[in-house]
Amino acid sequence: MDSFQETVFKLKKYWADRGCVIQEPYDIEVGAGTMSPETFLRVLGPKPWRVGYVQPSRRPADGRYGDNPNRLYKHQQLQVILKPTPKDVIDQYLGSLEAIGIDLSKHDLKLEEDNWESPTLGAWGIGWQVMLDGMEITQFTYFQQCGGMDLDLCPAEITYGLERIVSFLQGKESVYDIDWAPGVKYSEVRYFDELQLSVYNFETADVEMLWEALKRHEAEAQRLVDGYKLVEDPAEKRRYPLLGAYDQVLKCSNLFNLLDARGAISVTERVGVIGRVRKIAVGVAQAWVDQEPFRTMKEVA
Amino acid sequence: MLPFFLEVGAEEIPDWMIPAALEQLGKDFQAVLDGHKLGGTVTRTDGTGRRLVLWADGLIVRQADSEEIVSGPPKGANPKAVEGFAKKNGVSVDDLQVETTAKGEYFTFRRQVAGRATGELLAELLPDLIQKLNFPKSMFWTGKGGPKFIRPIRWIVALLGDDVVGFELAGVTSGRETFGHRRLGSRAAIPVTIAGYESALEENFVIVSSAARRAKIEREIQALGAVQADAKLLETLTFITEYPAAILGGFDASYLTLPKEVLTMVMRFHQKYFAVSAADGSLAPNFIAVMNIPSDPEGHVVRGNERVLRARFNDARFFYDIDQKRTLTDRVADLANVTFQAKIGSYLEKTTRMVALAQELGGEDAAAAAYLAKADLTTEMVKEFTDLQGIIGGLYIAAQGGKAEVAKAVYEHYKPLSMEDSIPSTATGQALALADKIDTLRSCFAVDMIPTGSKDPFALRRAAQGVVKILMEGELTPSLRELCAGDAKLEEFFVERLKHYFREVKGAAYDEIAAVLAVGWADVKDALARLDAVTAVRPTPNFEPVAAAFKRIKNILTQAGTLPEGAPDASLFNEAESGVAAAAEQAAIKDGGYAAQLERIAGLRPAIDHFFDEVLVNDPDPVVRDNRLRLLNQLITEFSSIADFSEIVTKSL
Repeated sequence: MDSFQETVFKLKKYWADRGCVIQEPYDIEVGAGTMSPETFLRVLGPKPWRVGYVQPSRRPADGRYGDNPNRLYKHQQLQVILKPTPKDVIDQYLGSLEAIGIDLSKHDLKLEEDNWESPTLGAWGIGWQVMLDGMEITQFTYFQQCGGMDLDLCPAEITYGLERIVSFLQGKESVYDIDWAPGVKYSEVRYFDELQLSVYNFETADVEMLWEALKRHEAEAQRLVDGYKLVEDPAEKRRYPLLGAYDQVLKCSNLFNLLDARGAISVTERVGVIGRVRKIAVGVAQAWVDQEPFRTMKEVA
Repeated sequence: MLPFFLEVGAEEIPDWMIPAALEQLGKDFQAVLDGHKLGGTVTRTDGTGRRLVLWADGLIVRQADSEEIVSGPPKGANPKAVEGFAKKNGVSVDDLQVETTAKGEYFTFRRQVAGRATGELLAELLPDLIQKLNFPKSMFWTGKGGPKFIRPIRWIVALLGDDVVGFELAGVTSGRETFGHRRLGSRAAIPVTIAGYESALEENFVIVSSAARRAKIEREIQALGAVQADAKLLETLTFITEYPAAILGGFDASYLTLPKEVLTMVMRFHQKYFAVSAADGSLAPNFIAVMNIPSDPEGHVVRGNERVLRARFNDARFFYDIDQKRTLTDRVADLANVTFQAKIGSYLEKTTRMVALAQELGGEDAAAAAYLAKADLTTEMVKEFTDLQGIIGGLYIAAQGGKAEVAKAVYEHYKPLSMEDSIPSTATGQALALADKIDTLRSCFAVDMIPTGSKDPFALRRAAQGVVKILMEGELTPSLRELCAGDAKLEEFFVERLKHYFREVKGAAYDEIAAVLAVGWADVKDALARLDAVTAVRPTPNFEPVAAAFKRIKNILTQAGTLPEGAPDASLFNEAESGVAAAAEQAAIKDGGYAAQLERIAGLRPAIDHFFDEVLVNDPDPVVRDNRLRLLNQLITEFSSIADFSEIVTKSL
């Protein structure tokens, strides 16, 4: 029986063999693998791209102090982007399940309609949740829009819920009982993240500080987005730090989630804050598309 | 004569869209056959999530040749124009004919059109036909601006007899090769013939016939346990599988302490399982799942599903236990933070209004129920299972020692959810449901959130329809007009809903409904009784003539302008007038219900007919004339309390 890490190795190898760049997780806290610039920015524009990476994903409101066997504050997603989508994409995906030891002739696999939408990213797609013996193991999405724009190519996004798949493979009732490495349980690796960060997210995070930080990161992102519009020189455009602006967007998104978990955002405020984050996310995406030709040109001597 | 076959192979199409897509495919293809005179009939459409399939038969090999008449210039036209016309059609003037039309004589050219080969024509038409199938939400997959379909198209089989109808759509070239079950079928493409298609797929673990899949699921479920018929779930499973098989799983009986509504919801909606009943009708600790593979000899699928269900039930138990830490009564204050509608305010404010209204409609218990009705919106269980709102509130009130009457009222207060759904079963529940819906309607109308056309985001039509149904079928008899609290637009809205109810539920005719509502609608049950009477008496021979006569009277009175006041003077009556007055006195007897009264009114016919035969209302003598107007006015007033007969559409006028 493969350990958690062994399964991750196999999936990465599987997709590496199919032409994917295997990336490491993005180093800013995100709520989902989609938010990593490897997905959010790379799906934009006409350039083909294939990438796979594990992204630890933080969902403060889902924290359960390490008590719930199936819900986690931070879970690991394995994210694969295939842009453009190969015709046999679903066969390739099914092959990845077989590669980690799931005999699909003996298990019930269904693709059930499940379209995905992220109002904060101005993104949506059409797809399925993949059900294996009644359990959702993967979200499969054909990206249609990102940053409020139709996508030139239509990438497939495959998001594996690693904890679910591995607890299925290992036959474990609780995520914490998963063998992460031979002889090392998931709980030994992650339990205190769950406990202490649940305490922080739900009980002790300084609401005033979070609001202030949100405001400042938002202002910084907006400053950069606005600044890009004033740049005319191609060389200046090429080096303009839109990636820096996007990092600020990610900070805002996480701060929003923290405030939400803390119960600090009223229902009426909620829509407004989502709109603010969306505005800067869409702003960066549009600028990023505009910058594409300048990034492609050779560095000015 | 040739058979035709089409299979559009796609990635998994959402189950609920397939039947409609197949119906349209059949209709559209038949229209192509008819429109291009190809003969033939669509004999069947069928499919699974991965294939939309059509069979047709009796197509001709080639269209018949035909003649097309091209009209040219008039006979007397300049010879140059005639020559030009001939040249344009590639012939000489000698080939033209002169034909006589209604407008005169014209040069014409009879062009011989050779019929086209059916296969060639279909190859042109099919890409468009397939792409024009309507789906609620389609996608592009080959890139921006590329073709759209519900999911990517991956293969197409198109056969006319033994030949491929060749065309290209979204980078897919049609052929004779299909694909089987994703994992059990051959990994290679499977060449098929029209006759051998279904058996070839059966060998590759695809049952193409949805009827056969449905029957297989039903048969296997029945063999495994007692389940409640659930046509919708059965339909979902039929179209989400290609080779279905049912399996029986179990769960620990200790979960049965959770509310059965929650357990059923998890099984039915989250997991697509059938819940199983025990011999005594209670829930058994079992479920039936339907897989997309033929069997589960090693028990992998059963164990997997049991594990998932256990996790789901554990979650539910966790929510249930957390929720019990605070009573619903304690949660009411939290509703201040739950927005009902941004322009209207919080659920706490709504609760306060509902309490007052429920008190008025149903007394103490209804008010107590209204106070608690929305508190379950703050529970973890309702946040997780939104469809259980109200139901969870009712269950928690009972579990927390609340009054049974109150618990039941809250449990049922979203009812009726549709015209088919039943209304709350108790008077308290009806009062609460009315208070909730009326408050929503009043509040939304007050801020001008009024449904227009197909736009009704707050489901106000459903709320108003629910109010009508509760008033019609329930025990309470408040005035609907008073419930509208003077909002004219809301009154108008309700009159429309009443009409809808009378039409759809009672099957009444438009004019009967108009006649009854013109007299009044505040007491909806009374309106219904009057409508029933009109519907019952209308077929009797005197009814429509009397209605026509009333319309005539009404016209006379309208034309007369200001009517003279007071009762008619009997001493001025001639014989015909006395006859009407006497008959009216007889007809005015109020006993025996509306139908009996209407029959008596219809019985006025001979007297009224005689009156109009003998009497000219507009007598030159103003005294006589005014007296006649008084008599007619009295008649109309007296006999218009059940229905306004002038609204009845009669053949004789």
